[in-house]
This record gives sequence, structure tokens and C-alpha cells, in this order.
Amino acid sequence: MANLIKTFLLTDLLKGLWTTFKNQKPSKVVTEQYPLTRPPVAERYRGAPRLNNHPETSETLCISCNLCALACPEQLIVVTSERNKVTKRKDLTNFTYDLSRCMFCGLCEDACPVDALELTQDFELATYTREGQIWDRQMLEEGPLPQQYTH
Amino acid sequence: MAATTLEPASVDGDTFLDSNELVLNMGPQHPSTHGVLRVILKLDGETVLGTDCVIGYLHRGVEKIAEDRTYQQFAPYVDRMDYVAAVSNGLGYCMAVEKLLDVEIPERAQCVRVILTELNRVASHLLWLGTHALDIGAITPVFLCFREREEVLKIFEKYCGARLTTHAFRIGGLQYETYDTFEKDCVAFCDLMEEKVKEYHDLLTGNRIWVKRTTGVGILTAEDCKAYGVTGPLLRAAGVAWDLRKAQPYCGYEKYDFEIPTREGADTFDRYIVRMREMEQSCRIIRQAVDALPSGPIKGKVAKVIKPPPGEAYVSIEAPKGELGYYVVSDGSLKPYRVRVRPPSFVNLAALDKMCRGSLVADVVAIIGTIDIVLGEVDR
Repeated sequence: MANLIKTFLLTDLLKGLWTTFKNQKPSKVVTEQYPLTRPPVAERYRGAPRLNNHPETSETLCISCNLCALACPEQLIVVTSERNKVTKRKDLTNFTYDLSRCMFCGLCEDACPVDALELTQDFELATYTREGQIWDRQMLEEGPLPQQYTH
Repeated sequence: MAATTLEPASVDGDTFLDSNELVLNMGPQHPSTHGVLRVILKLDGETVLGTDCVIGYLHRGVEKIAEDRTYQQFAPYVDRMDYVAAVSNGLGYCMAVEKLLDVEIPERAQCVRVILTELNRVASHLLWLGTHALDIGAITPVFLCFREREEVLKIFEKYCGARLTTHAFRIGGLQYETYDTFEKDCVAFCDLMEEKVKEYHDLLTGNRIWVKRTTGVGILTAEDCKAYGVTGPLLRAAGVAWDLRKAQPYCGYEKYDFEIPTREGADTFDRYIVRMREMEQSCRIIRQAVDALPSGPIKGKVAKVIKPPPGEAYVSIEAPKGELGYYVVSDGSLKPYRVRVRPPSFVNLAALDKMCRGSLVADVVAIIGTIDIVLGEVDR
């Protein structure tokens, strides 16, 4: 009998509707208005790669050891260097990074012995051309320029 | 029969139909096939006479890719099989290689692994609950589930820098030390989850439409489960208390106190209840693991260049969807000779035909949802 009354009073459905209604309180709204407000990503976020320069001398930290290229599962890093006759060290000439094939696993970053290559917090990586996805040394050092969207 | 240019859709190899029978193609773009599953249905009016699955639309040859990558390099690829539970996949693969190498994993690393895999189990079940309810027609749960899943993803993002395909574990232990508020975040999530599970129960468990759409639908008895090799919540909803975390504890699961939720009905509703209770049990494990989190190293003694001795290793773990197995063969070189994956989704999907026969067309959607498949894992 009690069950029959419950069935006619629609208590089960009203309970669900009340739950739905409770969750539309403005303080509980979690939708973010991207791109007007951009979500802060975590410190360890693995996004766009960057080739770090020395903060004072602004010379590249990269020692052209090629370990990142060897660690990469997709083999998308190409490091080119030439031997400096004076210091007998390798000087970096170019560094290309094919972002279109990158899966942001972080293995290159882990392999780098001098913290030159780093995955940063930039996550807006869309380009108009496929070629634009292949980043050279200059692009890697500057990083993507933050865009202001207007509409 | 006249020759046709297109291969006719067939079920049981039978292309002839009675006058009131109909072959209907469902998918691969159908939104409730959870990806790119194609199911050919043979119908008599509204009743399903038989089904045939066409898979392979998401095949990437992951097992073959493994043969051309070093052991560390293959680890990110396993995340892309069951991308809903990437951490579980990573754990299974790392454990298989660690078994080959015969290394000891530090206590702290094991504890963090347990926390992250259990968080991932909750995330996987949340996604399942949301999409499964959406398939059946309840639209609210998906918003609420994704809101809570976001909290798990935020923990992953803070811990390892990625949200979905995490690559959280490395062979031999962990790459990243936990961040400052890791323990606090995990406990806060457990508190939140225990409150929110009640909300989901309010939304669905008593709801007459939900009960009518799920009770008695897609029954797969314990005998059938064993015959098909079905594992995970499907098997537990049939009354078999089989969970690899209890049956063959790994990663220190023997230290934690938890229950294996079981139900007797073996239908869609019971699987729903089993998964809901599993989320609560996962929260229980996370709390215990956070309390017992020891200090110490996070990586075992593993060389930078991994070169396991020739041999083979099979490791199976309890992924959110069932038993996930990794079989790795080494020939002593830098690259695995063979990696074979036993994915739970693929094996569980085989029982679809058994569950669908005799049911209605509308229930096929509910049954596909209740198996909880991820096509990335089915096709690999």
C-alpha cells in the first residue's frame, strides 16, 4: 500500500528533479568561459616545448648531446650541431621539434641532463599549416606568443 | 543468390531473411556505441535475433609498435589503449617489465601507484555512469559525473602534468615525487565522492524509468561469464566474488581492507549497483593508502638503459573494466620481442551477442553501455 502511494505521488522522480534543481545554484556553476578566462594549468603541465637560455648570458643551455632525440618514442627531435674548434665542444646550430607527432609523454624532458628542453604550460598549439607545427630553434626559444581573442 | 558488389551484412553467416526479418546496421557512427563499434543486428520487429560485431575501426597496431620501441618508449603508448583508465594500463605494462627485470619496487612508489590507480578507477566508473545513463535517456548524471571526474583529472594534472594519457609510472617506480597537497587533495576527493554517490543514487537508483530500463536487461549468468572469460563488474554482478586485487594481490593490495561488491541478478541494474559500490570501496582504499603513505625512494634500482634478460612475463591486474593482462617477451635486446595485451573490453564485448539475443532493439544500447567498452582497447 505504501509503495502504491509512493508510485502515485511520484516521489522517486521528484527526488531526482530536486537533485537536478539543487545543482543549478549559481555558486555551484563550474563552466569556464574559455577563451575569456583561461584555466590555470598545473605547474608540472606538459605542454608546448621550450628550449631554455641561460638567464644572464642568454646563451642556449643545450649542449647538443642528442639524448632527447634518442629518448623520443616518435623520433621527432632533430638536433644539429657543429664542433667548436676553440672549446672542442659541440655548438648547437639548429633544433627542430615536430609538434604534430608529439604526444607530450615527457620522456625528452626527463632525458635532458641540463634542463634545456622543457615542456611548458602553454597549451594553445593550433596552427594554420602543417609546416607550422614543426618548430625550429628560434620558435622553441621564444615559445608561442599568447594570443588575444576578440569576438 | 545473386552476386552483389557489396558484401551483404550477415549474422551467423546467414544472409537469407524471412519476410518479416530485418538486418539493421548500428554504428560505427552511432553515438551510443561508445566510439567506433559497428553492430549488425538481425531483427524480427523489435526483437533482436542475433548480432554481429565489426571491430577494427580504431586499430593502430599498438602491439606491433611495441616491437620497434625500447621498453621505456613504449610506456606512453599503453595509455592510449584504454584512455579512460590510462593509469591502470601503465601499471600493468610497468609491472610486466619489472617482473622481467626482477626489480624491487620501493614501498612509497607502490603506495602512490595504488592511490593513482584507484583514483583512475573512480574516474573510469564516473565516465561510464554518465555516458551509460545518457544512452538510456537520463541527461543529468553526465554533467554531475564529469564535474566530479574533473577533480580526479586535476589531481593527475598536478601530479604528472597530463590529464588523460598520463604516463604517470615509469619502469621501476615513479618519475615524479608527489606534490605538496597530494594527500590533502586525495582525501578531499574521497569526502566529495562519498557525498556525491548519494546524489547519483537519488537521481537513478529509485527512478522508475531507470529501474524499468535496466532490470532484467542483458542477463549474463555466472556460467556464461566463465565460458566467455568475462571479468570485472560483469562477473561480480553475476555473484562471483572474483577480483584480482584479492585473488592475487599485487602492488601491496593485501595490506588494504576492502570488500568485493557482488550482486546476484547478473543484469544491467546489478552491474550499475556493483560499480557504484566499487567507487565507494576505491575511496576506502585511497584513504588507507594516504594514511599509510611511507617516505623513502620512489624508484627501484633500474638502469637507464633497460635490457631485460631473455624470457617472458605475464602480469594481470584488475583494471576498472576487468582483468587486464600484459605478456612481454624479451630476447635480451633493447626492444621487446613481443607484447601481447589481454584487454578486458575486447573479451567482455564477445558476450554482447549472448546478452542481446531475445531482447529489444532499445535494450542493445543499454547492453553496450553496461559492458563498459572502450574501443581504443578493443581494437588496439
